[in-house]
Amino acid sequence: MSLTIFALTGAALIGLGVYGLLARLHLLRRIIAFNLIGSGLFLFFGATGARGEILDPIPQALIITGIVVALSASALAVGLVVALAQGSGRASLPEDEDAEGRAP
Amino acid sequence: MSAALDLALCALILGVGLASMAGRGVFRAAIFFITYGLLVAIGWARLGAYDVALAEAAIGSGLTGVLLLAAHGRLRRLRAAAESLSRFNLPAAIAGGGVALSFGWAWFALPVPRAPDLTYALPQAGVGNPVTAVLLNFRAWDTLVESIVLLAALIGVWMMARDADWDAPLGLRYHARPSGVLASFGRILPPVGLIFGVYLVWAGAESTGGAFQGGTVLAAVGLVAMMAGIMRPPRVAQGAWRAALVLGPVVFLGSGLAGAALGAGFLTLPEALAKPAILTIEAALTVSIAVTLALLVLGPPDEGGQQA
Repeated sequence: MSLTIFALTGAALIGLGVYGLLARLHLLRRIIAFNLIGSGLFLFFGATGARGEILDPIPQALIITGIVVALSASALAVGLVVALAQGSGRASLPEDEDAEGRAP
Repeated sequence: MSAALDLALCALILGVGLASMAGRGVFRAAIFFITYGLLVAIGWARLGAYDVALAEAAIGSGLTGVLLLAAHGRLRRLRAAAESLSRFNLPAAIAGGGVALSFGWAWFALPVPRAPDLTYALPQAGVGNPVTAVLLNFRAWDTLVESIVLLAALIGVWMMARDADWDAPLGLRYHARPSGVLASFGRILPPVGLIFGVYLVWAGAESTGGAFQGGTVLAAVGLVAMMAGIMRPPRVAQGAWRAALVLGPVVFLGSGLAGAALGAGFLTLPEALAKPAILTIEAALTVSIAVTLALLVLGPPDEGGQQA
């Protein structure tokens, strides 16, 4: 029962992250959305790994690896966003601003 | 009773997750995301995955939080932190809802996976914590490549530095008031954090903990000390820091090659040597993880000037 609750929470978080990644324009918000997707996937995966009769350590080890890799990807993304803001003075993609009908 | 607790916890996780995506202002979103990470860590503890709970609290919530807040500070300096309120986006909602529903469907439709039986393999692994055994023995390849991924990400972050800033100390300058909270916190936390970080690595062999969790605590100690002005941030060109960055991967790779030379195979630890080999690799990895994570969060060298 509890595992199902956690797995469905994970599924909802993935969906929420996908929405944020597509709908929000500020790139820092998109990095948070990306982390939300990753965290939801880990929760879903972890609940799946706890489903058998014995607790499976392999998903846990992979999730720890995933959390560390997610941080390093986020750090790289933050570096790119700051570099973009240094160059253009904005933290959103030019094509998104055009789509919103504002001056780029 | 426990189902009710889990239900309430998951409702909180979803609510705080939603709050980090809704509303206006990325600073608010970052704060909600830190809270979210702590709640998810409690969720992991509820699932019995204590190693993951520690990693989530330390890395997913703590270090990612510092990274996001520091990024917000930098963007505010560049006048790029403001966010316009976006309207509800129906296509994105359909995409997100579709993804969530398909994962929900997968949970009920796919067969229950069968965990491999480690009862016979674990006594030969050299450590009692099954997660550490998987990370450093059974699936050592993953961990070796991961430590190299960390290094690659750091090189990527450093490539963002401008030429003029290359010799500057890493990250932005922090000014802590001598009598302020940060300065006194920076004096109290490091000794406690150092002991706790090293303990986590040592305990990780037999119970909850490990090189990643311990390394993260040590990275946080370094970050607090640098923000409080007690420790000077390193520079890119300093050889000792560079050596600390590659120590873990080099020792890991070396022990893998030694395994091949002894006839056991690349990255395969002979049973008799497994325990000392894992402890050596973990100690070296901890140093590299701590330094790499701290430098990743600090960011590229930056004098704070705007590009002309």
